[in-house]
Amino acid sequence: MILVILIAVLFLGGVLAWLSERVNPNLPRTIALATVLLDLLIMLTLLGSGDSAGWIASVDAAWIPRFGISFYLAADGLSLLLLLLTVFLGAISIGAAWDEITERAGFFYFNLLWTLAGVLGVFTALDLFLFFFFWEVMLIPMYFIIAIWGHENKNYAAMKFFIFTQVTGMLMLISILVLAYTHYVQFGTISFNYHDLMNVQLSSRIEMLVMLGFFIAFATKLPSVPFHSWLPDAHSQAPTAGSVILAGILLKTGAYGLIRFAVPLFPAAAMEFAPYAMALAAISIIYCAKVAFAQDDIKRLIAYTSVSHMGFVTLGIYAWNEQALQGAVMTMLAHGLSAAALFMLAGGLQHRIHTRNMPDMGGFWAKVPRMAIVALFFSVAALGMPGLGNFIGEFLALLGAFQANIWMTVVSAFGLILASVYSLWVLQKVFQGEYRNSDFDDSHLSDLNRREMIYFAAMMLGLIWMGMYPQSFLDMSAATLGELLAGSEAALAEVSL
Amino acid sequence: MTMTFSDLLPLMPLLLVTATAVVSMTLVGIRRHYTLTAAVTVAGLLIAAIVAASMMSFTNQQITPLLIIDQYSLFFTVVTCASAMFIAILSYPYLLNLDDQREEYFLLLGVATIGAVVMVSSNHFVSTILGLETLSMALYGMIAYPVHVKDSAKFPLEAAVKYLVLSGAASGIMLFGMALVYAQTGTLSFSSVIDTGDGSIAGLSEGFTVMAVLLVVAGMAFKLSLAPFHMWTPDVYEGSPLPATTYLATIGKAGMFVVLLRFIEASGALQYESLIMVLSLIAAASILAGNLLALLQDNLKRILAYSSIAHMGYVMVAVIASYYVQGTISIEAITFYLLAYVIMSLGAFGVASVVSTSENEVDDIAQYSGLFWRSPWLAVVFTGMLLSLAGIPLTVGFIGKFYLFFAGVEAALLMLLGALVIGSGIGLYYYLRIVYRMVLAAPENSSFRSTGNESLSSFGVLGLLFVLLLVLGVYPAPVMNIIQAISAAL
Repeated sequence: MILVILIAVLFLGGVLAWLSERVNPNLPRTIALATVLLDLLIMLTLLGSGDSAGWIASVDAAWIPRFGISFYLAADGLSLLLLLLTVFLGAISIGAAWDEITERAGFFYFNLLWTLAGVLGVFTALDLFLFFFFWEVMLIPMYFIIAIWGHENKNYAAMKFFIFTQVTGMLMLISILVLAYTHYVQFGTISFNYHDLMNVQLSSRIEMLVMLGFFIAFATKLPSVPFHSWLPDAHSQAPTAGSVILAGILLKTGAYGLIRFAVPLFPAAAMEFAPYAMALAAISIIYCAKVAFAQDDIKRLIAYTSVSHMGFVTLGIYAWNEQALQGAVMTMLAHGLSAAALFMLAGGLQHRIHTRNMPDMGGFWAKVPRMAIVALFFSVAALGMPGLGNFIGEFLALLGAFQANIWMTVVSAFGLILASVYSLWVLQKVFQGEYRNSDFDDSHLSDLNRREMIYFAAMMLGLIWMGMYPQSFLDMSAATLGELLAGSEAALAEVSL
Repeated sequence: MTMTFSDLLPLMPLLLVTATAVVSMTLVGIRRHYTLTAAVTVAGLLIAAIVAASMMSFTNQQITPLLIIDQYSLFFTVVTCASAMFIAILSYPYLLNLDDQREEYFLLLGVATIGAVVMVSSNHFVSTILGLETLSMALYGMIAYPVHVKDSAKFPLEAAVKYLVLSGAASGIMLFGMALVYAQTGTLSFSSVIDTGDGSIAGLSEGFTVMAVLLVVAGMAFKLSLAPFHMWTPDVYEGSPLPATTYLATIGKAGMFVVLLRFIEASGALQYESLIMVLSLIAAASILAGNLLALLQDNLKRILAYSSIAHMGYVMVAVIASYYVQGTISIEAITFYLLAYVIMSLGAFGVASVVSTSENEVDDIAQYSGLFWRSPWLAVVFTGMLLSLAGIPLTVGFIGKFYLFFAGVEAALLMLLGALVIGSGIGLYYYLRIVYRMVLAAPENSSFRSTGNESLSSFGVLGLLFVLLLVLGVYPAPVMNIIQAISAAL
């Protein structure tokens, strides 16, 4: 029941925020922040609980009996980690929007909270219909966030984002339906229940096709080459809070889908496909790192680095052993924080000087020292400095992947070098060198204020915690990942018999 | 065959609709009063819908060879009467300032509804033609209604003549097909079109039958504006006054589809592979043509016209699936999707009607710029309808599409499912284009009508449709149960 409350609070908070705009234009942001913090509090009560199978909370009620669809939400350690990330970054994104969004604020926070609600649903739904439902529900508010509060080319970016995710989502829907129908053929009832669908036996060719339906949908959201081209557009056009949610949370739903559904439901096909997926991951890492290096638009650059970093997640997932999966999950969490922070810095810069063009910038260190230090911290985190979360994640992912596929791991490891190059490149271009304000108006170029420092500090603490004592995070997801691994091994053994 | 009183009882909804038309006609003869005529029509249709709904649980009767009153036809009688009532309510403010006689419009609307009710109850070619022509004749009048008014925005006469000529040709083709059937079997009932193999009908040739069925289906496909019989749709939609377009797009389509479904199911025509091939091509062509042609339109009515072509193509996928699928799932899919389609089309056209009048139709999508900030509630309703047409969750359109996908997957129609995915993907673009317009900043000098008290009931209709859209999108189980029951009875 608590999961329903978590989601309902956000839905209702969104409506309330929208309506409250009439009373006072500053009220929506306060209500939104209160809503998210309330959710965070409720979530903290879940920590440490859990039954023997690792399920912390669940609710299961009949919803559409005609198709055996139930309203089945459940959270285990992995879900809980991602739920916490979602709500944490949700609060951060409200902070990012605090001063930036002044027009139609009520509707903005409505969309923001509804996106978060959709994401919470995605991370907890264990009925595949419900999962798809939430998967799509989170798109519309995100579309509005980009289309209304975005920058110069917002229509194009919002449309591209929507069409990419929606069309590939439909492929997933067909895959889900094939599974549900096969369950009907084999067991006599239509079911969309995750645990039921685990038992479905497909012929190997169908299994591969159905698995690909899931993979394409998740790889688009992740994103992975060759489905990544929506991301740079969406990121560069979205308002800062939108970028934070996109990079920090929405991309993670794709990775979560791979871990929870695409591999466990089709272990045989996934193992067969793993070399190709890992190759796509390696290409994403290297190719997008290189493309990032060529960008002038600072937000596009960070967007490409996101694709590159998410490559490590794909790599780890398809290596499918404990270290690699732990690494993938750690990378998801750490990248969520570091990418969100970088986008907020870029957004903050754009808010101050109204340009994202890096060749116009330079020498900001003297003007905005606090911002420069913060940027240095998160750049270094993103390039994988030991002691911070990203290092743990990428190191574990590579360590695990090495056991599965040596060559792809070797290629991917070069991504760490490229990451240092582009991260430091940004710092040099923006913060070092000679300061000249010929190409922009610097009258609003002020250093980070106290509010901004608070949420950057929160994210720094998170990354340091992940880097210094990763065990607390690894412990939470270990049970889930162990179970998924055991499940797929058992299924594979059954097939080979 | 003689009719007894017990035969009349199941006909109550039809008789009530007829009475509505007669009363409104008499009323016009006695005293012209616009509001009163409108109120009588709305009340009559409402009563007919309620009576039909209350009869659903116990009526299942063939009345003369022409009409079948079963749960399925009663369900669509309810849908038809309710939609006609909604359209009547939406028409009221639209025609309020028409500089001509306005009362007969409601008479035409009532007569068209008689035709539609006959169509959804028909399982015989004669009643099909009777219903279809009653509906079409009244529609010609409704389309051309503002023809004497100088500043009426569009081209009602052009639209009416276009529809009249092409629709007449289509009826002719359909009649020719029926004649071929009759020449072979000596009967016009749907169930005896094709030799069931029990030897009751001798001397049938397969080629002859396939030809007959194809001609009938082609005529129906014209009325449903399926590609390649769709050319008339955008012009007629654009030229007609909005309420008439709404009627054509919702009741006209749904009624015809029910006939098509009954014909296909009762005759077993899908046993011919060539027919399945033709229908598959029609479905795929409609989906692709409708969506592609809608992409670059700037006129709301034309966009919705092309999108209706695509939507009818979607439903055809389930019709084809019905041959391969055990059980009633594809019939349920068709029924649910038609219901969803009626709701969302009524809503989308309804929004346009509310902001339009007969002198000034707001049908350029540029005119909707900034609607979100000018009248947020209206824009929310419109957005909901458009997203539903695009098949996005939380709306009834999503559940409908889900049904279609399920039927398609069960029948393993991979190519058609592919067309569905591609078509829906393209469709997103033009629906979102309109949504994007609405969230833009409002232009300074817009010619937007400020709606007055006379539109209150229209807002009520839109609100009701929006609630239906969401309720059926989030908790469809009760309606699904009804549809499952009536589909089993078909």
